[in-house]
Amino acid sequence: MEVRAGILLIILGTAIVTFIPRVLPLMILTRFELPEWATRWLSFVPISVMAALVGQELLMNDGEVALTTNTVEILAALPTFLVAIKTKSLLATVVVGILSLMALRFIFI
Amino acid sequence: MGLSNAQINTTTLPKVEDTFLQGVKECLPTLLGYLSIGFAAGVVEKTAGLSILEIALLSFILYAGSGQFIAAGMIGAGSSATAIIITIFFVNLRHILLSAALSPYFRHLTPIKNMLVGALLTDETFGVAINKAAKRKQISEKWMHGLNITAYLNWVAANVAGAYFGQWISNPEKFGLDFALPAMFIGLLVLTIASRGKVKLDIIVGIMAIIIGVGASVMFSASIGVIVATIIASTIGMVIEKWK
Repeated sequence: MEVRAGILLIILGTAIVTFIPRVLPLMILTRFELPEWATRWLSFVPISVMAALVGQELLMNDGEVALTTNTVEILAALPTFLVAIKTKSLLATVVVGILSLMALRFIFI
Repeated sequence: MGLSNAQINTTTLPKVEDTFLQGVKECLPTLLGYLSIGFAAGVVEKTAGLSILEIALLSFILYAGSGQFIAAGMIGAGSSATAIIITIFFVNLRHILLSAALSPYFRHLTPIKNMLVGALLTDETFGVAINKAAKRKQISEKWMHGLNITAYLNWVAANVAGAYFGQWISNPEKFGLDFALPAMFIGLLVLTIASRGKVKLDIIVGIMAIIIGVGASVMFSASIGVIVATIIASTIGMVIEKWK
């Protein structure tokens, strides 16, 4: 059980470059009133970030578009989306997503 | 006097939905996702040759899902500290957009307090917080800390557990656990759209973000893909809304 100096340097370095983008906008942008177009633009950021992450998770593998290798994941996403829309519950969505993929893998692989 | 004070106090007490404990509660649905991803991260970090103490420190100090996977991969591959730090900077740069999008709801706090709010910001806590924000003008500091700290401790515990137990689990994918993360993003996406009442426009923006995100990820890298997709898709949303 040890902590090597080189690893500690990497941990601290990566932490600093992660910390700054996390806190700076909250520290600065809360100080003044943003123009109307900027708040409007920011209101679309959550949708865009989440959708882009979903797209990467479902449609890509190792930096490539992978529709054929990801078929079970894409199929599992359908009941997951349905449950999210019907229940509006994060927990139900995650549970159904995991169970769907497990069932699909059991059937197809 | 005691009576009138008590009456005044009840009006100034924080509303139930603004307490630290309520933040903890609203974090619970995300915990399953965190646990499985954190566990997987712990396994990967251990395989990359990190000690359990180093893994605990990494989770405590860096605290970033995809960032830790990539850092572990690069450490395992013997990359230089400089290369790893620069890569992680780009991977985690999207937080700038999340932090900016939350800023209108934290105007009531001082910069130092906002630093503490932002320090533990993740995709998931952001998703939960922005849903909370849909129905109000500001987010309670205590509620946000409840949400953030619950996610944080759960993440560190999951990483350490993954590092410890990982050696006996050969195939976590068999149980569909690798789908916890995409399922959580799907849930957060749907909840966010449902809370805004601009369903058509949001779906257009979401589809644009997926197409641009995948395209830009193929051309550049996954982390740049998210940033490019967010900037362009949000701009499209802003322009369409302005037109109407």
